[in-house]
Amino acid sequence: MINEIIKNTIRFLVLILLQVLIVQNIRLGSYIILFPYILFILLLPFETPKLAVLLLAFVTGLTIDMFYDTAGIHAAACTIIGFSRFYVLKLLAPREGYDLGLTPTIDSMGNLWFVMYAASLIFIHHLFFFYLEIFRFNEFFRTLLRVSLSTIGTFIFVYVIQFLFYKSSQHK
Amino acid sequence: MKSLLNFIYRNNFFFSFLILEFFCIVILIKNNGYQGSSLFNSANTISANIYKTSANAKEYLLLKEENDRLAEQNNFLLNRLKLGYAALPLKVYKKNDTLYKQVYEFINGKAVNSSVNKRNNYLTLNIGAEQGVGNDMAVINSNGIVGVIKDVSKNFSSVMSVLHKDTRVNCQLKKDGSNGTLMWDGGDYQFCNLSGIPTHARIKKGDTVITSSLSGIYPEGIMVGFADSYERRQNESFYTVKVRLSVDFKKINHISVVKNNYKTEKDSLELKSQTQSDK
Repeated sequence: MINEIIKNTIRFLVLILLQVLIVQNIRLGSYIILFPYILFILLLPFETPKLAVLLLAFVTGLTIDMFYDTAGIHAAACTIIGFSRFYVLKLLAPREGYDLGLTPTIDSMGNLWFVMYAASLIFIHHLFFFYLEIFRFNEFFRTLLRVSLSTIGTFIFVYVIQFLFYKSSQHK
Repeated sequence: MKSLLNFIYRNNFFFSFLILEFFCIVILIKNNGYQGSSLFNSANTISANIYKTSANAKEYLLLKEENDRLAEQNNFLLNRLKLGYAALPLKVYKKNDTLYKQVYEFINGKAVNSSVNKRNNYLTLNIGAEQGVGNDMAVINSNGIVGVIKDVSKNFSSVMSVLHKDTRVNCQLKKDGSNGTLMWDGGDYQFCNLSGIPTHARIKKGDTVITSSLSGIYPEGIMVGFADSYERRQNESFYTVKVRLSVDFKKINHISVVKNNYKTEKDSLELKSQTQSDK
């Protein structure tokens, strides 16, 4: 339990710094904007209380807001995925439920499961983030394109991080 | 009331979600005004310090580029100093072109002495043999012709100004190419006489006069001046045009000495054919 908390705290700090110091400077045009920091919310253990997930997501978003000067937009989008994570997990749950002590990674849950889980949450986050950012509907389709491309971009980034850090840890 | 509280308690997840979202929206809307909530932007202590550290680190990586940029700017500023101009005239600019052979080289210099009020006026330049200046080279400035090099010392040269009794410059009217010879009659330093223009040429006031290719000293097409008036003198079968010189001889400062790279070849050839015909 304590071990999990320390691990997640470190992951939180690393992902925030990665987002703020490195990913923020990656420029792939105006349509692809990467937010791999939400991996922190995705990777919280299954048995984390849903209220705690909600609060942690809110805090994560607020922290990113401080750096991005987006006051509340990231927090709102993160709170939404903190909320919907519970239902997505419920929807994707195997018949006998999640095993105790597992984390939602490619390693323990398999490739297909992770793709569905991560892609849907990333999409929800990006959808709310970009529409809240623009705050109007007259650029509806352009924003939709931005949401789709950014979702793909962030997903690939998150997938690669997973591959780099979690796959190797099991085989050791 | 109790059942409402009960309902909220049972759905605490959803309601806390709503409260948090509401809070986010409040921050978002408040931050749109001028008095943004400073706690949640990058000006607060934590994020500002992290950004500062990051910027400091980045600065070290960019030091070399920054140095180059500063050195370049320094150079640029030095070049604009008077100091830079003093050093510049000592260079000879040579162009290496494979399509066009360079006939003329220009040597930058400065007139350190000049006069206009004598019958035979001379200028002194701060460049000499060491900078590549030789006898009979043309001297021009950005406005037009100035004169011909008469004598050269190691670091100075003497220029026979256009305002000299022996000056003969072959010039032409720019519009139709009628040739004539430019001379100075010793009067006003702003005017020269261009004689030998054929009478069929239609001259108008303000016509441009440039050097012709026959002049032998000056490159073709260097500005001389503008036609001011013309007359046909008695017993002469051509016009004499009064030309207002484009160069203000009272204000000569920066000049270029024109070095003809093929002059010796041309001269020796002309000399050869002349001596042959004399025999």
